[in-house]
Amino acid sequence: MKDAFGTPQSLLVLGGTSEIALATARRLIARRTRTVWLAGRPSPALEAAAEQLRALGADVRTLAFDALEPTSHEEVLGKVFAEGDIDMVLLAFGILGDQARDEGDPVAAVRVAQTNYTGAVSAGLVCARALQAQGHGSLVVLSSVAGERARRSNFIYGSSKAGLDAFTQGLGDALHGTGVHVMVVRPGFVRSKMTAGLEEAPMATTPEAVATAIETGLRRHSEVVWVPGTLRLVMSALRHVPRAVFRRLPV
Amino acid sequence: MSGDTVADMPAETVSVTGWGRTAPSVARVVRPRSYEEAVEAVRGCGRRGGIARGLGRAYGDAAQNAGGAVLDMTGLDRIHVIDTTGASATGSPAGGAGSPARGAACGTVLCDAGVSLHRLMEVLLPLGWFVPVTPGTRYVTVGGAIGADIHGKNHHVSGSFSRHVLSLDLLTADGQVRTVERGTPLFDATAGGMGLTGVILSATVRLHPVETSLMTVDTERATDLDDLMARLTATDHRYRYSVAWIDLLARGASTGRSVLTRGDHAPLDALPARTRRAPLTFRPGQLPAAPLHMPDRLLGRATVGLFNELWYRKAPRSRTGELQKISTFFHPLDGVPHWNRIYGRSGFVQYQFVIGYGKEDALRRIVRRISGRGCPSFLAVLKRFGEGDPGWLSFPMPGWTLALDIPANLPGLGGFLDELDEEVAAADGRVYLAKDSRLRPELIASMYPRLGDFRALRAELDPRGVFVSDLSRRLNL
Repeated sequence: MKDAFGTPQSLLVLGGTSEIALATARRLIARRTRTVWLAGRPSPALEAAAEQLRALGADVRTLAFDALEPTSHEEVLGKVFAEGDIDMVLLAFGILGDQARDEGDPVAAVRVAQTNYTGAVSAGLVCARALQAQGHGSLVVLSSVAGERARRSNFIYGSSKAGLDAFTQGLGDALHGTGVHVMVVRPGFVRSKMTAGLEEAPMATTPEAVATAIETGLRRHSEVVWVPGTLRLVMSALRHVPRAVFRRLPV
Repeated sequence: MSGDTVADMPAETVSVTGWGRTAPSVARVVRPRSYEEAVEAVRGCGRRGGIARGLGRAYGDAAQNAGGAVLDMTGLDRIHVIDTTGASATGSPAGGAGSPARGAACGTVLCDAGVSLHRLMEVLLPLGWFVPVTPGTRYVTVGGAIGADIHGKNHHVSGSFSRHVLSLDLLTADGQVRTVERGTPLFDATAGGMGLTGVILSATVRLHPVETSLMTVDTERATDLDDLMARLTATDHRYRYSVAWIDLLARGASTGRSVLTRGDHAPLDALPARTRRAPLTFRPGQLPAAPLHMPDRLLGRATVGLFNELWYRKAPRSRTGELQKISTFFHPLDGVPHWNRIYGRSGFVQYQFVIGYGKEDALRRIVRRISGRGCPSFLAVLKRFGEGDPGWLSFPMPGWTLALDIPANLPGLGGFLDELDEEVAAADGRVYLAKDSRLRPELIASMYPRLGDFRALRAELDPRGVFVSDLSRRLNL
């Protein structure tokens, strides 16, 4: 069960090698979290992540999960919920793709969309149903400011996050009153291995800062969390910039 | 939504919280109106079990059950027998085996678990009887009072509520109703057992005789924590009721400054002639309810600091024999319905612990830490407990108990309270489950040494785990 401050005792991470997810798990383990499931494609990195969290005192198990195989989600995730309540699901998988290359390789572009959007739709719905049966729990979904308004420089990734973001908001409304709390997290540019080698955008943040924002959002039962918080203002302005101008902005 | 429960038993799926309004969860709330419907409700609990709920005054998640059933017991609200002849009531309306009389030379009441202490006062005071123990609110049920084994300002004299319970009828997981006598393991597991042994249907409770419905109250101020503890230690035995309001925002030399209010039921001859004609009137006043929506940060350090300053200064340095209404003396907050809303949407946390006599240094350290951190608390009270009662998860034990309220949105509060827990546990103290919403589960076994027995009894009595609450899930009770 979550405590009065929304801190979970059990955590299921979808995308178990995500740096943001692991920073969040570390933070929550330092508070109350004792049981952690790391779901992802089996890899040494996934096992290393589990080992790292075990060293902090949590009971960590890994789980073979592939966002690109939605037909398996029901069975794979069903097993986790059958073992006990999950207080928080962190949907953290996603790929950035390579915009320049993907524009010329539609199959690769679709893979970005399938991972970030349709994979999350399937996993999100499976988890939502299980949480609803529990009558409590949080579903935290990592979206991105890139989904707020499509940009020339990364609209394939951006459009997949836009879909995910809209889906999550709708799911949150659908689950209102069921005891399940749905939270969209919209980080800006996060310095991590996913963005290594890219030119840093203004107001760049870190996985640890996102983790802190998630913990605060859980305490406040927030529905949308921006990281850093000032991005909310910036994006609400950018949203209204005329297309002709927006197209030329160096962002 | 009622599943396979009795066709017309009221049931709805709603979000449920404790009085602190944190950590909501959704449950199917059913409201049995008879013992038969209660049996039916327990049998129809389903996979995620059920838990009894009274008037929802437990601050945390004790009467919540996410995804399962919550039995709203306030529909079982009959007072069956008021026996003031000295030969205590023996009936067993729920059909359990009859219990032999215990010849207590005092009055008793046999009533359903959903009867509130408020209702008991309305009925009993005009007859010259009072409930044996009342907490800071009248709006708790008899079932809740036993389940949390509540205490009041008279704990140093009268112990906790269960000390005055002669027997109770308990609906257990198998759907049977058992009459549970004092002194049996099931009684001791149920007193303070947070509803996890079964659903209390009715109880026979010993009453306290009074001549009037007024209190005679002595008030004095203590300039700091040591002054307070010295005064309480020296003269508490002279009073049936005793409590101290403590200003936890005061720092430096005045850390722990407080206002002691102690008293007893006023004898008839203490009343002015006019009041003496109707000495047992019970008419608690009521103010308008707190608004539904309040700003989240209304109660900050500045506002609470100001309130505390005024509250301390308005109290007389020393006054004796003041006559107060029962509601004024015991239940000042009951005058404002829904007062818990003043903390806004994010709610508040109650923290109450007890530390044994001889460990005063730990208490001093904790008070210094709280005031040093500036926790905006205006409902903080300190009290001396007397002997504890045998309930396995019963909270009171001989020592000092401090209760305080803190807005839940105070940044870093979770970690801070964890540190206080460590101090409490290191001093062999414990925190109160009826108020808890955030304790670290690892500490519970050391705070409640009989937890092992409690778990064993539950495993035997309720092997399928029918009775379960958010509290029991969170703390693995």
